[in-house]
Amino acid sequence: MPEQTTTPSAATSGVGPRRASSATGAVDADHRDAGRVDPESASERRLRRRRRLTGRGAIMVYALLGTLIVCSLTVPRFASVQTTGFLLLDAIPILMIAMPMALVIITGEIDLSVASTAGLTSAAMGVLWAAGWGIPEIFVVCVLIGVACGALNGMLVTTVGLPSLAVTIGTLALYRGLALVVIGDNAVADFPPALTSFFTSKIGATGIPTAMIGVAVIVVFFGVLLHLSSFGRTLPAIGFSREAASFVGVHVGRAKFWMFVSTGVVSALVGIYWTLRYSSARSDNATGIELAVIAAVLLGGVSIFGGRGSIPGVVAGVLIISSVSYALRLGGISDVVLNVVTGLLLVGSVVTPSLIAVIGAKRRSRRSAREVLAASETAAA
Amino acid sequence: MTTSHALAPSTGTGRSPIASLVRQREVPVASALVVLVVVTTIANPLFVSSQGVKDLMLNATITVIMAVGLGTVIITNNIDLSVGSILGLVAFGTGSVFAAAPDIPIVLVFLIGLALGALLGAINGFLVTVARVPSLVITLGMLYIYRGVNNAWAGGQQYFAGDRPAAFGRLSVDTVLGVPVITVIAIVVVVLVAVFLARTRPGRDLYAIGSDDEAARLFGIPVSRRVLTAFVLNGTLTGLAGVLYASRFNSVGATTGTGLELDIVAAAVVGGIAIFGGSGSVVGAAIGAVLLTTITSSLTALNVDKFWQQAIVGVLILTAILVERIASIRKARRLRTSEATNA
Amino acid sequence: MTIDPTPGGPSPTATVLELRGARKTFGAVVALSSGSVRLRAGEINALVGENGAGKSTMVKILAGVHQPDSGDFLFDGHPIVFRSPAESKAAGVSVIYQEPTLFPDLTVAENIFIGRQPTTRFGFIDRAAMRAAARALFERLGVPIDPDRVAEGLSIADQQIIEIAKAISLDAKVLIMDEPTAALSGVEVERLFGVARALRDRGSAIMFISHRFDEVFGLSDRITVMRDGAFISEHTTSEVTTPEIVRAMVGRDVDQLFPKQEARIGDTVVSVDGLTRAGVFHDVSFEVRAGEIVGLAGLVGAGRTEVARALFGIDRYDAGSVTIGGRRLAPRDPMASIKAGIGFVPEDRRKQGLVMDMSVSRNTTLTLRTALSRLGLVSARREREAAADWSRRLQVKTGSQELPVSTLSGGNQQKVVLAKWLATDPTFLIVDEPTRGIDVGTKSEVHRLISDLAGRGIAVLMISSELPEVLGMADRVLVMREGRLTASLDRSAADPETVMNAATGAEPALTTTTTETSR
Repeated sequence: MPEQTTTPSAATSGVGPRRASSATGAVDADHRDAGRVDPESASERRLRRRRRLTGRGAIMVYALLGTLIVCSLTVPRFASVQTTGFLLLDAIPILMIAMPMALVIITGEIDLSVASTAGLTSAAMGVLWAAGWGIPEIFVVCVLIGVACGALNGMLVTTVGLPSLAVTIGTLALYRGLALVVIGDNAVADFPPALTSFFTSKIGATGIPTAMIGVAVIVVFFGVLLHLSSFGRTLPAIGFSREAASFVGVHVGRAKFWMFVSTGVVSALVGIYWTLRYSSARSDNATGIELAVIAAVLLGGVSIFGGRGSIPGVVAGVLIISSVSYALRLGGISDVVLNVVTGLLLVGSVVTPSLIAVIGAKRRSRRSAREVLAASETAAA
Repeated sequence: MTTSHALAPSTGTGRSPIASLVRQREVPVASALVVLVVVTTIANPLFVSSQGVKDLMLNATITVIMAVGLGTVIITNNIDLSVGSILGLVAFGTGSVFAAAPDIPIVLVFLIGLALGALLGAINGFLVTVARVPSLVITLGMLYIYRGVNNAWAGGQQYFAGDRPAAFGRLSVDTVLGVPVITVIAIVVVVLVAVFLARTRPGRDLYAIGSDDEAARLFGIPVSRRVLTAFVLNGTLTGLAGVLYASRFNSVGATTGTGLELDIVAAAVVGGIAIFGGSGSVVGAAIGAVLLTTITSSLTALNVDKFWQQAIVGVLILTAILVERIASIRKARRLRTSEATNA
Repeated sequence: MTIDPTPGGPSPTATVLELRGARKTFGAVVALSSGSVRLRAGEINALVGENGAGKSTMVKILAGVHQPDSGDFLFDGHPIVFRSPAESKAAGVSVIYQEPTLFPDLTVAENIFIGRQPTTRFGFIDRAAMRAAARALFERLGVPIDPDRVAEGLSIADQQIIEIAKAISLDAKVLIMDEPTAALSGVEVERLFGVARALRDRGSAIMFISHRFDEVFGLSDRITVMRDGAFISEHTTSEVTTPEIVRAMVGRDVDQLFPKQEARIGDTVVSVDGLTRAGVFHDVSFEVRAGEIVGLAGLVGAGRTEVARALFGIDRYDAGSVTIGGRRLAPRDPMASIKAGIGFVPEDRRKQGLVMDMSVSRNTTLTLRTALSRLGLVSARREREAAADWSRRLQVKTGSQELPVSTLSGGNQQKVVLAKWLATDPTFLIVDEPTRGIDVGTKSEVHRLISDLAGRGIAVLMISSELPEVLGMADRVLVMREGRLTASLDRSAADPETVMNAATGAEPALTTTTTETSR
């Protein structure tokens, strides 16, 4: 059935919150205690704590801690202030995009065009700067480019109803192509040193890049949005069952649209960051990081089927990959191993739990079949 | 005793034998190709000179073979993002084999390439079927792993045209009835796979799996075995493409094939294969591959800034998906109204 | 709607498939403690029982999807194990599930012969032979369906016929149908039953699961009753009555299936005026008043659910208006409908009413996400309390509020859906097939609940295909046929014949007439 999408309705003013009423007062008179489950009972609290501490997201945080410890112990100079700086500087683009990407995947879609949006933004920055525009105006234009790129993705997926995998493969090519058209083979490198050094500067003696403040804001924003806001409650519902979500009044199309706009905007910010950090605007900036972002998001516990995932897990996933990468480089091991390690991490993290479940099920069914056959034979004998 | 409905027999769609292999899905992409060639030729008649056509065919060959392989996997509602890395590995492997044993029979090199491709495809297939994990995730990881292995193996080493036997290189130059040898190979591949998918039971099973794999399993279709076959087929064809790549292009090294996977997916999608599986044909994917590679040459012939090429490819992909969607909505509407009149 | 009870076919002798004392557990859940059923050639056996009685598990064991942990499984008297659905099929057992599973992208003929298409000498599929074989099957069934058309878009009734055609072509010795009439209208049900009887007369053993007693008594030769995962009794249909069966299923007397309270009917709450959507429904107008239960009856496909969905805002409409509480309701905006006080318990519990993978707690409070939030942020603790509160009120039986709602039985799942909507304090509640797929015990709870709601002044629109339910519960009965309202009957004037006449109609309407079976 063709996708039904709701057109954005006129903003209905927030009617005051309805309190849960006693519409069924008569019903519970006789059956007050039947089926009563106290949410604050010890067993319920224990269940919730167990879920939180052993969920996939939590496991990734433990894995991150483990990784950091192992790296600090085995690789010289890893546990140092320099490490924090360079590691985080490299991780920032992936960490930033991973935030809205996690939400997009949770709602059951995907966005492969993020790197191209960043590249297009970078190209625009270069061209505008070379043409003499001021930095504030350039920033505004870049953000608008991000909005436009995200909005096109969002519109094609929600209003027109095309599958996001196919659409963002198309826009991946389109946006990167536009970057080429805008700046061609050229590179613009003469950005104001004050700006570029800001992006590589660190906070005091901690080694943490100053830019991390902004990144932390983004992480917290998406974390609060997903886990604490009423809007965020609807995202996993959309990912699990878009029909059921629309039945409770969720504007599925609108939610997904804004998710794509958010990946567009954050990708544009990454384009700005990338250009200024490396002090170079090129059409091929950030090529390929969409796969690194998705790998990190999936490693962090977000399910590719939608519905499941947490921000802490994703942050851990990004940092695990960045730490291992940096540790390998410090240890003098060639870059290529990193590719293999990233791949193994990704594959291992999804295959292992699945394999365990499948093997367990097969063993159980084979055993019971044998038992039944044996029992039937002795009974019939 | 059954109730008789006053059901008019639904409009039968009699299929002529010619139309049986090529259904409506291929028409949009084929027309687009024809239009593109016609328009370019009008602007620049040299486009269809014998050399021009030969170049077109040569350029398309590798993409066509890979699109046929990946298309088969997509039909089962899976995907293989590691094809670029597999191509690189096999291409570099071919170069290494020739460097190590310059007198080795060419046929043997082909077999080695096919076997290596099949092996890599089988690894992907095993992980997808045994572990029951989405192929997007698995093959994304394998993309990294295979690329890493390629890097580790090749390092900075590259093999050039001079490192391969002349006879091998000539495969990309010699022609049979005006068609380059490697293109003939590609055409044979398309025909064989198309027949397999349309006319054999395992082939039809692949469509069923792509349509609804749970149902397929319930009906006793050996889903895991079939999906594994699709991945092995894809790997083998990519291996073939890798060997041909080493014949056609002047250098192979650690970065060969990087980024190719999305181009191949694009070719399949443009060619009418539904991204969620169950429909489309490899003939369409082949035409899609030809279309995409022709655009590059077209743009050069039309003196369009080469920087526009990628953007145009992007627009084409979006258009293709859009057209497919509109067509399927119209078909569904037509079926629904015919059902209503028959009810 | 009544279906004539039929005399049994040739006296059944051989037992084809038998399950004795089967036990099946999934982890800690005991789905089946002692399941038994005996399927004899040339006999139709109806398997009845409440939800959670273990019927689905039995079907899955017979189909080879699961293997029993213990118990005897005999085929033609010999012990057997089906390790997979393929083995079961190879032995001659065909199962037709509630949701037919045709491959939408393959043709009808390919669907029938998938996995065993006729081949030519060289191993290629012989299209012509396949087409001819399919056509022959359909002729035998008396149902003209084009073998070359793609399966996508076929009605559920047609899909089931195709499944049966598949079973016939597989020479099925045993045909099992799991709630086959859930999505069928009267005429289609008759067609299906005719086919089943024909198969029985040819010697197949047939088992079907149903909650509809008129069908159970109309079609079956024997009735097998299950309760709480165990076999209770087997009866010869002609020698047993409905109350006896109900008693066996429930273990207690259920004397009042429809506890209808008299409610005070107030002013009009919602008014639908000239609602039209091209090709789906036309000029539908009605009102529902406070405290009133309006039943909406009609055949499947008459457009009732479509009207409800359009009213609520899930689907669009082309003309007409909906007024609630005196104000015009914005179309195509479920959120606006909810804010205006409308609740909608949808037809498909699993896909529309609940998010199966989410917890009971989250599902219950999904409608309260704005109400429970301050400055856009939700307090998880208030969420949990609200969920527990509603679970208690409706007596939802669950091990824990944090478990996924998919672990609940059908009846309890429906209660969660109801809780979710009652939490929004609606003035108008639409319930679409509220007791479909629910056991007898919970059914009456749900009916009692709906009656209570009406008693408290809520306006209720109840869509149901079960005539006894509509006639028992409603103050007024509206009947739809092919997208139009054809009757509005007061409770006193509503009887099965009048309603069915309005539902099937005598004059030609929009499209071709269907010939109706006489009684």
